[in-house]
Amino acid sequence: MMQNFVTLIRAAVFFGTVIMFGCVGETVTEKAGNLNLGVPGIMYLGGIASLSSVFIYEGSTENPNKAVCVLLALVSAFVASSLGGLIYAFLTITLRANQNVTGLTLTIFGSGVANFFGGSLNTLAGRFEQIAVPVTSAAFRTTLPFSDSLGIVGELFFSYGFMVYLAIVFAVMTHLFMNHTRRGLNLRTVGENPAAADAAGINVNLNKYLAICLGAGICGFGGVYYVMDYIKGTWANDGSIETLGWLAVALVIFTTWKSKHAIWGAYLFGILYWLYLYIPGLTRSSQEIFKMLPYVVTVVVLIVTSLRNSRDKQPPAALGLPYFREER
Amino acid sequence: MADAAIEFKNVTKRFGSVVANDHVSMTVNKGEILSLLGENGSGKTSLMNMLSGIYFPDEGEIFINGKPVTIRDPKDAYALKIGMVHQHFKLVDVFTAAENLIVGIDPGKKLNRKEIADEIKEICDKYGFVVEPGKKVYDMSVSEKQTLEIVKMLYRGADILILDEPTAVLTPQESEHLFSVIKNMKKDGKTVIIITHKLHEVLSVSDRVAILRKGRYIETIKTSEADEEKLTELMVGRHMELNIERPEVKNKELRLSVKNLNCVNSEGQQVLFDINFDLYGGEILGIAGISGNGQKELLEAIAGLQKTLAGASVIYYDPEADKKDEDGKSAGMEMIGLSPRMIREKGIHLSFVPEDRLGMGLVGSMGMTENMMIRDYSTASKSLLFTDKKKPRELAEEIKESLGVVTPDISTPVSRLSGGNVQKVLVGREIAAAPAVLMTAYAVRGLDINTSYTIYDLLNEQKKKGVAIIYVGEDLDVILALCDRILVLCDGHVNGILKGTEARKEEVGLLMTALKDKRREETAE
Ligand SMILES: Nc1ncnc2c1ncn2[C@@H]1O[C@H](COP(=O)(O)OP(=O)(O)OP(=O)(O)O)[C@@H](O)[C@H]1O
Ligand SMILES: [Mg+2]
Repeated sequence: MMQNFVTLIRAAVFFGTVIMFGCVGETVTEKAGNLNLGVPGIMYLGGIASLSSVFIYEGSTENPNKAVCVLLALVSAFVASSLGGLIYAFLTITLRANQNVTGLTLTIFGSGVANFFGGSLNTLAGRFEQIAVPVTSAAFRTTLPFSDSLGIVGELFFSYGFMVYLAIVFAVMTHLFMNHTRRGLNLRTVGENPAAADAAGINVNLNKYLAICLGAGICGFGGVYYVMDYIKGTWANDGSIETLGWLAVALVIFTTWKSKHAIWGAYLFGILYWLYLYIPGLTRSSQEIFKMLPYVVTVVVLIVTSLRNSRDKQPPAALGLPYFREER
Repeated sequence: MADAAIEFKNVTKRFGSVVANDHVSMTVNKGEILSLLGENGSGKTSLMNMLSGIYFPDEGEIFINGKPVTIRDPKDAYALKIGMVHQHFKLVDVFTAAENLIVGIDPGKKLNRKEIADEIKEICDKYGFVVEPGKKVYDMSVSEKQTLEIVKMLYRGADILILDEPTAVLTPQESEHLFSVIKNMKKDGKTVIIITHKLHEVLSVSDRVAILRKGRYIETIKTSEADEEKLTELMVGRHMELNIERPEVKNKELRLSVKNLNCVNSEGQQVLFDINFDLYGGEILGIAGISGNGQKELLEAIAGLQKTLAGASVIYYDPEADKKDEDGKSAGMEMIGLSPRMIREKGIHLSFVPEDRLGMGLVGSMGMTENMMIRDYSTASKSLLFTDKKKPRELAEEIKESLGVVTPDISTPVSRLSGGNVQKVLVGREIAAAPAVLMTAYAVRGLDINTSYTIYDLLNEQKKKGVAIIYVGEDLDVILALCDRILVLCDGHVNGILKGTEARKEEVGLLMTALKDKRREETAE
């Protein structure tokens, strides 16, 4: 029983960390008034960029340096995802294309590119048709040194790779930025009322571009964590990243656009998602119903907040709308 | 000659085929209060937007304090100490007053809410404002939002302050307060430009009046040398008779009978108490009262948009009903409990121009024609697969003609029209719907003087056709001249119903502010 509980929580933390990155990144984007439905695609891009760059690095040196591996994975993922974000930003802000369509296209594009290269890497890797980056993955999965000696507490809280804690740090920092700095206030103004932001002398487009690229970069880290830690430095063409990406978007709604809630919300989604493994007597089809739970709670949150009419729990007021100064 | 704070030289601004400002050259002196006057769509907002950096001139030059300047965006305007309060407030609803105030300034600085609150207090004390730094904008009244906008500009160190129709949504009392604040700012050496359609405000607050007509600058005159008639003539370009008629209609028929109407607002406070009155076809019933005394709830309750407490009754008597009883009265129909849609389906011809017109009844991205169609889409399209556009187009043309809507074409999206012209489209449509009962709340809000009088004429025409009209207004002089009877609301009570021809302004004013002690009257009976 206890062991079951510990495994469930650990599974939820692994799962939750991926979507926490996605949720925090998407929150930053949406606070600037842009709904980027390209989250799954961006996670794919981040994942494949990190995997291929360290694959080349590990293959070309005798003794790959762990620090270099980690840094390379993170930087390449950030760059690739931000580029994805930049494309989205250019299309939706400068060319004023529809945000939903552009985002969905980015998801299709990202998953296509990633699975193409992932497949090729697997072929490149040789006979076993499975790529591996053992050094990097091990570095990502290194746990805190004292976690073994702490028994169940250590297992529950400290037995994870560093990115689990990085995700929490990002969520906290985003919260502080949005609510306790003037730059954060400016960014939120852009998402709430771009005309007000503009009239107040804020550069609306610059803020949107920065928020989208940075947000996409953070989403990309979710892809890195998935590839390096969650599936231990391999590649799988099974569409899991896509599921995780959509859950991250749902989590943004669940947290009512407040990144501090992502810290527990992400793990809650993880628990709900894996719950079916611990409920006896489920058939394959009834399992799938359980996997819906995260979406169900999101819908419940939506209903409750709109019934309560809580003004502070609404999406940014100008979310999804283009802005052009002389238009009225 | 005083120093010039602002000088326009041949400034032109076009939107496609529309010339919003046509070679405007004018001067605003330092430290004066200047009224900018002109009909709807004459280019007042556009001209000011070029000072605040929202629009960029196509041609011409702007001088600030004698120096030629280029104002590319609002940031440049702030650097030149120009601040503008727009017709539609530029505030973030979910932010507090303090947060709205500092948005966009010193992004690198620490966000110290306490310090900002102190700074706000300092400005408020200096000029006589009241702002609660921690209050969220969505909890504020229009007047509070307006105050916040002005304080925001002063906080940014504005020396030149532009107010675009600041009093359009204020009660007369709030306007008075605003003017006293503006005069304080003038004493402090600030230059103030104020746009308003209310001539008595122009005359009481400003030093000079600048007049625009159809995008062109006409002239600037000293307020001391102006009167309402002269200003109207300059604005319109020809002499205008400013008379409101009150034609007498014979054979008035009972149309609406309101009994025991009690209402509770969303916060749970009772806002209407035992409202009783009758409304006749062929009369205009004016509703006078300080705004917020139940006018909104009363109209909404009749229109089926507001819940009433048990026991209320609004009976509608159809003018065309076949069944009439002995005294020639048609059988009544209870409207309480019906939704607006059911009211329409029961064949009750009710038109309603609500107080809050933004977001109600008009679709910004559609042209006038389509906006005519929205009103009765359900009845119009029932028989046909395709909608019939001919009638709505004719109606749109007619409204454009009669109210002088300034638009290049009836298919131009209404969001591109000037503030007042958008109002005309909505008010015109509701009046033209040839209803049996017409309810209007602040029908002339944001409309220029010429159009306002056209609206009064249109209302009178409907009245002569036998329409029963409820007119909620804030200008007592207009109510006294236009309405057959005047119902005075005070604190949600009917505090008196007077005859229009006999009522005196002082009397109505007293009824608006002091509630007669109802209970004593009742017990005496
Ligand atoms: N962004 C825009 N796009 C298209 N047309 C515009 C735009 N801004 C203004 N116009 C047009 O320019 C003209 C002048 O408009 P403006 O808003 O300056 O009028 P106004 O004098 O402020 O009128 P009102 O008293 O009704 O507010 C109008 O015909 C309007 O339709
Ligand atoms: Mg205007």
